[in-house]
Amino acid sequence: MATPQAVPPIAAASKGRSRFWRAPLLESLPLRLSVLVICLLWTLPTAGLLVSSVRNPQLITQTGWWVGLLHLFDKDQWTLHNYEQVLAANGMGNAFLNSLIVTIPSTVIPITIAAFAAYAFAWIPFRGRGILFTLVVALLVVPLQMALIPILKIYSGASLYGTFVGIWLAHTAFGLPLAIFLLYNFISQLPRDLFESASIDGASPFQTFIRIVLPLSIPALGAFAIFQFLWVWNDLLVALVFLGPGTDVRVMPTALFNLLGAYGGAWHLLTAGAFLTMIVPLGVFLALQRAFVRGILAGSVK
Amino acid sequence: MAVKRAEGSGSYGTSPYVLVLSLIGLIIAGFGVKVLIDPHGGENVLASIYDLLGNSAGAGLLRNGGGDQFLAKLLLGAIALLVGVGGIWLLFTTASTLVERLPPKMRDRILPWVFIAPALILLSVYLVYPAVTTVIGSFHDKKGAFTLDNWASLATGPFLEILRNNVIWLVVATAGSVGLGLLVAALFDRIKREALAKVFIFTPLAISLVGATVIWKFVYAWQPPSQPQFGLLNAIWTSFGNTPIAWATTFPINLPAEMLIMIWLQTGFAMVVLSAAIKGVSVEVLEAARLDGANDRQIFFKVIIPLIRGSIITVTTTIAITTLKIFDIVMSISGGHNHDDVVAVRMFTEMFQFFNDGRAAALATVLFIAVLPVMILNLRSFRRQAAM
Repeated sequence: MATPQAVPPIAAASKGRSRFWRAPLLESLPLRLSVLVICLLWTLPTAGLLVSSVRNPQLITQTGWWVGLLHLFDKDQWTLHNYEQVLAANGMGNAFLNSLIVTIPSTVIPITIAAFAAYAFAWIPFRGRGILFTLVVALLVVPLQMALIPILKIYSGASLYGTFVGIWLAHTAFGLPLAIFLLYNFISQLPRDLFESASIDGASPFQTFIRIVLPLSIPALGAFAIFQFLWVWNDLLVALVFLGPGTDVRVMPTALFNLLGAYGGAWHLLTAGAFLTMIVPLGVFLALQRAFVRGILAGSVK
Repeated sequence: MAVKRAEGSGSYGTSPYVLVLSLIGLIIAGFGVKVLIDPHGGENVLASIYDLLGNSAGAGLLRNGGGDQFLAKLLLGAIALLVGVGGIWLLFTTASTLVERLPPKMRDRILPWVFIAPALILLSVYLVYPAVTTVIGSFHDKKGAFTLDNWASLATGPFLEILRNNVIWLVVATAGSVGLGLLVAALFDRIKREALAKVFIFTPLAISLVGATVIWKFVYAWQPPSQPQFGLLNAIWTSFGNTPIAWATTFPINLPAEMLIMIWLQTGFAMVVLSAAIKGVSVEVLEAARLDGANDRQIFFKVIIPLIRGSIITVTTTIAITTLKIFDIVMSISGGHNHDDVVAVRMFTEMFQFFNDGRAAALATVLFIAVLPVMILNLRSFRRQAAM
């Protein structure tokens, strides 16, 4: 039901298709206009944020950002000071580093663990395999809220609360069911001959994994990596619960959240801060657009 | 499905150096974890390095919370990345090479578990055990005695409002995202610069919900009538002669205002999946429909929609599950204080403000019960697909 389906690549818009829908210019004008309006509507809110983040703080609350655009070449309108302030004084710079420290291992660790597990589930017979994999499928949709209270108790006892190691493990575990499921779907479809000949050549399962499974699974690994990276980078709940608001360890969503609470009306800080939290995901998105879409399609179970 | 290995076949012959090296690496990683768990780990390590270099002044400063804090942070980050990324690989390498040296019969029995164990342990500790504990905890009061109060209280005023809000979210935000996603996917299917147009719609997907909330809070910004309206929505609204409205904080308009943020984000997701499905409908089918005299509207509703029903259900389920757990938007806009509270936010409040874990557990269990049907359907379709 909620399992990902085989979907043709986005770029498969064939020429026959557009010919099928093609209408004379005048007739298709309403269509073109509505597409334009939709795209504009979707972009305006973000545009307002971006423009305001480089505007002079006093002006932000005096005139709308669209007014600022009318004075594009007026030097008094624009400043980078908002960014300086929010990076240093409001701890966004530190939060940026923390976000990297949290997100990269929280992406690599679950992929590694899931790839090994998916390989064993797919190609190595052992007792209880069917039942254990059913468990993984069952865990796919369990809300992580079910885990918060007991894990927090364990963490307070084991002094893992507020530590990077603690949140890595939490994000790893919460991402695992989906990761195992997706990688299993991919790895179990690899041709059987590969594994048979590897076995005949005397390769150990570990060597088979490193030399055959991993290189062949790069598309699936990449798709999940992007999905998990964005998920962890953008997460507020897990970070609030397990890292807490302490400035030493807090990540960007937490920092922005605190900024909203403390300086709810300081729009020059909020807009700059919000844009800073968006830079990395937007960069990932623009650089790896196609894999990003694959990741979205793949992750459509979570 | 699995490849049967020749039982008890010869040794695998991974070089013993691999084992020794990975063991050493693992021990180093162990020290790294110790540094990471220490709240002042970065400062302490840098201070020790300074001591070694003879810079005792710099070391003293660091130990007292001053000095090169930024450098200490960078050092900690480097350690974290090495330990986090490298550690997991060292763990698997060490365990596998170690087990490979066992007698073949034992080795073949243990090896699969080396690959599975980390996943199983994490899933058990972080999901299975807590889920059971949470359900049990929902029947206990603060002192640990059995009670039904947590559940009974969910039927009282404020909680009924919370549950009502969640249902509204579930219906409106899900239907809005899927509906708009479908509309956009269908419209864009007919234009030439489709790929470019899509970028505009699904870029918000990359943004965090907190970031999206800031973006929209700025759109909803409210000023007293005498002052200039710098929020886009109120600027438009007042230009028609209306008095400005605090969209994000006035009940009941705050509910759709918050849901719009979610729809703005999730439409891109629905569009991507549904557009891929629409592309799967072949032109021949569409042409046949047109030859039979169907107009564009009929083709969409009577041909395309039935053919992509599976994808629509998938997208709806996925967005519904996400919406059910909605937290960030409500938390960032009001903390749930304007009659806009939802289950996940209230659970957080119960945990960290009222320290009422029992009730928080009951709220979590409500979310769990809500996704149970999906879980059962998932299991069923999985059973049907794979005869493992």
